[in-house]
Amino acid sequence: MAQLTCQNLCVGYDGKSVLQDLNFEVFAGDYLYIVGENGSGKSTLMKTILGLQPPISGRILTGDGLRKNEIGYLPQQTVVQKDFPASVREIVLSGCQGRCGSRSFYNKEEKQLAEAAMDKMQITQLAKRCYRELSGGQQQRVLLARALCATQKMLLLDEPVSGLDPKVTAELYALIEKLNREDGITVIMISHDMAAAVKFASHILHIGDTVFFGTKAAYLQSPQGRLFAAEKGGEDQ
Amino acid sequence: MTAVLEKLTLYWAYPFVRYALIVGVLIALCSSLLGVTLVLKRFSFIGDGLSHVAFGAMAIAAVLQITNEMPLVMVITIISAVLLLRTGQDTKIKGDAAIAMISVGALAIGYLLMNIFSTSSNLSGDVCSTLFGSTSILTLSPVEVWLCVGMSVLVVAVFILFYNKIFAVTFDENFARATGTKAGLYNLLIAIVVAVIIVLAMNLVGSLLISALVIFPALSAMRMFKSFRSVTICAAALSVFCALIGILVSILAGTPVGSTIVAAQIIAFGLSWLAGAVIGGVRK
Repeated sequence: MAQLTCQNLCVGYDGKSVLQDLNFEVFAGDYLYIVGENGSGKSTLMKTILGLQPPISGRILTGDGLRKNEIGYLPQQTVVQKDFPASVREIVLSGCQGRCGSRSFYNKEEKQLAEAAMDKMQITQLAKRCYRELSGGQQQRVLLARALCATQKMLLLDEPVSGLDPKVTAELYALIEKLNREDGITVIMISHDMAAAVKFASHILHIGDTVFFGTKAAYLQSPQGRLFAAEKGGEDQ
Repeated sequence: MTAVLEKLTLYWAYPFVRYALIVGVLIALCSSLLGVTLVLKRFSFIGDGLSHVAFGAMAIAAVLQITNEMPLVMVITIISAVLLLRTGQDTKIKGDAAIAMISVGALAIGYLLMNIFSTSSNLSGDVCSTLFGSTSILTLSPVEVWLCVGMSVLVVAVFILFYNKIFAVTFDENFARATGTKAGLYNLLIAIVVAVIIVLAMNLVGSLLISALVIFPALSAMRMFKSFRSVTICAAALSVFCALIGILVSILAGTPVGSTIVAAQIIAFGLSWLAGAVIGGVRK
């Protein structure tokens, strides 16, 4: 059974739909790239999957042991966070909040989980540092560690590499790929970076005027994919 | 120096001085706790807006000749707080505009009502004392002191119990909601606590200066400290300290209580800014 199934999904704001009739399935261990132009509705789709806004019509089903609130989320940075006085440890630990339910304080297990997540993201040495003083790449790792506290199964990432330099971007991609390969975490990534999509994805969902969903191999044979390949070929010359 | 001490010991003998100190310190403590959250959520002016609502509510209570105005003022302020913090999410009127609207509107309606229906002979005096803090902090009854102590204990308890949730919701509301935290509920809780604090604090500094109690300690603390916990603790300590100094100075020098406390906060902010710059310089 699929971890995440979208059936005839229609998403949008205030009753106006941005994207209609989406059908796709994500299985455990998949690495799905959602690509498309600006304004094609990628972020709206992501918010709908996360349950932050209701779908206009259609259904989103979770299965294979994945509960709705077990999807880890790496959001785009907000203005609030840019000058937020918080230490790295405090932020990572806040990822465990969903586990707490109505309990007020974090227990030992959750604190260990946070330490393990920081270790995995190689930011243990930054634990006491202030979030707003970190570099962009370090901040993304902190937020990734927080997302790992919230889930062991599925991560949704919203343009995680925007604004990062090429070296840091490559490092972050490598980390995410490792989570997908070694820990078996399903990854859904929203991105502009077509080159990375073709490199890392197992499946691609292309949204825009026409919608494509399928494996990477199928995508490269599709009209959208060939268009991309042609563009890339043009760049190479 | 001995003269000052003698004068203080003399005043200390009066219960009203002790009451003023207790209430002042407690209110300063409570108002600073949520300051960090409010500043970061871009709601610095909510204190101002809500206190004007409370002012309007007081005017209504006065017109209706309700002797115990506290419950009415509290209810109206809480409702406004809930509405204001709700608009902060995604609505047509953005947070700052909504606050400005409600704040100015309530102020105008309040003054209008007082003007039309007032029974008092000293209207401008009444209005002035509600806006800039009355001397009523020096005329507190034991019942009012106990009420204030009770409310403060409640506010501090709620803050400590929900500290981690408040942090999660403030830092990243979407993430919190996506991972199963009931963000709406905690926003509601924050709104109610803010309203309670503001109604309590109106007695102390009046409705124009309330924002100072809410934001100055938070901003000062944010200059010097790096983690949410240390900022919160420092803000609370600074706020209490400034309130103490402010009340003592106002008693000794005969200055208005509210403005003296705010002046102390401003000086503290300046010093924190310097300290922050020095610490930052040393680290580099």
